[in-house]
Amino acid sequence: MCLAVPGRVEAIEESVAVVDVGGATVRARLDLCPDAEPGEWVLVHAGFALEKVDEEYAQETLALFAELDEIKAALGQESP
Amino acid sequence: MSGLPKATGQMLERMVADCRGLAAKAADRLGGRVHLMEVCGTHSHAIARAGIRSLLGEAVRLVSGPGCPVCVTDAGQIDLCLELASRPDTILATFGDMVRVPGSQGTLAETRARGGSVKVVYSPMEAVKAAQEAPDRQVVMAGVGFETTAPTVACMVREADRLGLRNLSLLSAHKVVPPALRALVAAEEVALHGFICPGHVSVVIGSNAYRSIADEYGVPCVVAGFEPADILLAIRMLLQQVVDGDAKVENAYRRAVTPEGNRHAVEAMDSVFAVGEASWRGIGIIPGSGLLLREEWSAYDAMRRFALSAPEGYDHPACHCGEILRGARLPVECPAFGSACTPARPLGPCMVSSEGACAAEHRYQAA
Amino acid sequence: MRDLERVVLGHGGGGRLMQELIGDCLSVLGPANGLGQPNDAACVELPSRERLAFTTDSFVVSPLSFPGGDVGRLAVCGTVNDLAALGAQPLGLSLGLVIEEGLELETLAQITASIRGACEEAGTKILTGDTKVVERGAADRLFINTAGVGLIAPGVRLGGELAAEGDRVIINGPPADHALAILAAREELPLQGDFRSDCAPLNGLVAAMLDAGDGSVHTIRDLTRGGLAAGLNEIARQSGAHLEIVEDAVPLRPAARAACDLLGYDPLTMANEGKIVVLVAEDRAAAVLAAMRAHPLGQETAVIGEVKALGEARVTARTALGPTRIVDLPSGELLPRIC
Repeated sequence: MCLAVPGRVEAIEESVAVVDVGGATVRARLDLCPDAEPGEWVLVHAGFALEKVDEEYAQETLALFAELDEIKAALGQESP
Repeated sequence: MSGLPKATGQMLERMVADCRGLAAKAADRLGGRVHLMEVCGTHSHAIARAGIRSLLGEAVRLVSGPGCPVCVTDAGQIDLCLELASRPDTILATFGDMVRVPGSQGTLAETRARGGSVKVVYSPMEAVKAAQEAPDRQVVMAGVGFETTAPTVACMVREADRLGLRNLSLLSAHKVVPPALRALVAAEEVALHGFICPGHVSVVIGSNAYRSIADEYGVPCVVAGFEPADILLAIRMLLQQVVDGDAKVENAYRRAVTPEGNRHAVEAMDSVFAVGEASWRGIGIIPGSGLLLREEWSAYDAMRRFALSAPEGYDHPACHCGEILRGARLPVECPAFGSACTPARPLGPCMVSSEGACAAEHRYQAA
Repeated sequence: MRDLERVVLGHGGGGRLMQELIGDCLSVLGPANGLGQPNDAACVELPSRERLAFTTDSFVVSPLSFPGGDVGRLAVCGTVNDLAALGAQPLGLSLGLVIEEGLELETLAQITASIRGACEEAGTKILTGDTKVVERGAADRLFINTAGVGLIAPGVRLGGELAAEGDRVIINGPPADHALAILAAREELPLQGDFRSDCAPLNGLVAAMLDAGDGSVHTIRDLTRGGLAAGLNEIARQSGAHLEIVEDAVPLRPAARAACDLLGYDPLTMANEGKIVVLVAEDRAAAVLAAMRAHPLGQETAVIGEVKALGEARVTARTALGPTRIVDLPSGELLPRIC
């Protein structure tokens, strides 16, 4: 029920976005995400764009883990 | 940009090692196992699929909460769906995962086998289309889902109104998540040292929605995405809070979740729905947890249109879904799991809903 | 939970419920009842000691036509592939048509043309047939049954019960295409993309494989309803073997992955009509792989796993993170009238 898939907005046709998800396209209504633009990434759920996916934070998860290790190394503590 | 943190096997191994180390420290500090709860059917699925429970080891007990909206839909409401689907002049539109969930009187699949009209939709807008294409029949949308889905159903109601459709209505079983988390913590049935908060519900309601749980009840909350790396990061952050003696809300899904959430989605939901009490299967009545159509939208309320009253649903006596949904039991701890209760012959919703904790565990059983 | 009193769609799903239907309700046909026969075709030994493969299938797909084929093409390929699973080239097929009153003659002509085209591709013919017309409402447009006989070459021995420890598990390309094509044709797929059925006659591919395999191909299973998960579980049960696949090694088209993610489907359980899973002894696996990849219908062939041990029947999958999970027989209705 919370299934939402990220995809890239290819085009917008009358407040419906055509979103590329891995080579196929989904039509997603923009009622909940009216300022999505072509080229941006959105989460698609139940035929709607739910929210934009922020590029800046996209790789954050991995970066945060990497940071942890480096910080520990810097402090001379061993990684758990 | 793919938008997804696709970690390599090696990176994931490191993350797991990180978590295990922290888990040991956290368990030490607590003087016992760390109890974490995830509250999202999609998280249940992702966690089972990635085998995260077994990877975390004995220091962490990771339970599922009432995060599967289909699972917490009262048997009585499902019975209403069955009744509507059985009427010759009515089509019951529903999301796919409801089709095989048992009410007290069987499932929608069985109703369909007996000639009932059940239309599976991916988007609630398909219910609008169905109503337009069958003007001589009534279409009822079975509204199931949390704050991720409720805004889309709100849009459906507004669109029906815009089009002047007289033959579409909504049976709302929608619920909201934070009151359920509060109810679980307040009940003190299960020790809880941290919540993995639902990713896409939080896209809508924002991470601030969990502040009261952290502040008033002292339970750490971290919002998580759905890749294995996302979930491991959230677990890591929760464990760190336990080690530090913290209780705050953190967001490990910042690429999609903001502190305030999606105001368009919240506005859509608020304009169509009012908050009221709701009955959660396996838990009972939780005040302020249900979404009901506002008075000005009552013309689209299936309860009114068909003069329905909420029936008393009942569950199979051997079904332990309630305990599963409250996090008091893990699926493998249910005596019926895999024997009397299987996906082909489910006793209750947790085994048959695609987001049910038992279905996820059964499908991705550790070998 | 009350016992089911009526047949439900899940009974036709190719999974656990269907096996229950055959095992329980249809058990009156006796222990040698062919409906429970585990391989794709039956092997009949003639007095001359030659061996025939014999199989039948019914096709009730809705809609009749879909990207990549139609019920006619399915009807030929399905039966040809079941014969091929026993290593047999088809000698000929029978064709039974049950036609609903009102079916457009043009539609029937198109389907007949597809049957002919598929037969030509497979190098076989329709030898005999039957046609019935039923009144409107008594059948959904057209149901087809085909049966086929083929000769199994001397020395060729294939079966789900012949898995050996160390065998490589191979699939000739990405699964799930057929199921998604049907969903697309039914407008039940909220995605637009190149979703085409993989429906094709695989007897040529099988001939090339058996040639390269030189006796070391043990099992060929035609994957249809229930997908890869069903096929692997059936083999595991027949051989009492533990099969293990590597999840990431199973090829999947990006569009198929997106569709499965969006709808919550497991690609391992989705129907196919041009995919076989093959078990081949380790020492000849590379040669068989090369022969398959050289064939037009096997260009995306991949090794996806191995037979770990004989003893306990199970199918497991190594996941990306490392832990192994059980791949179970799918339970019931995923998608009705898929083939």
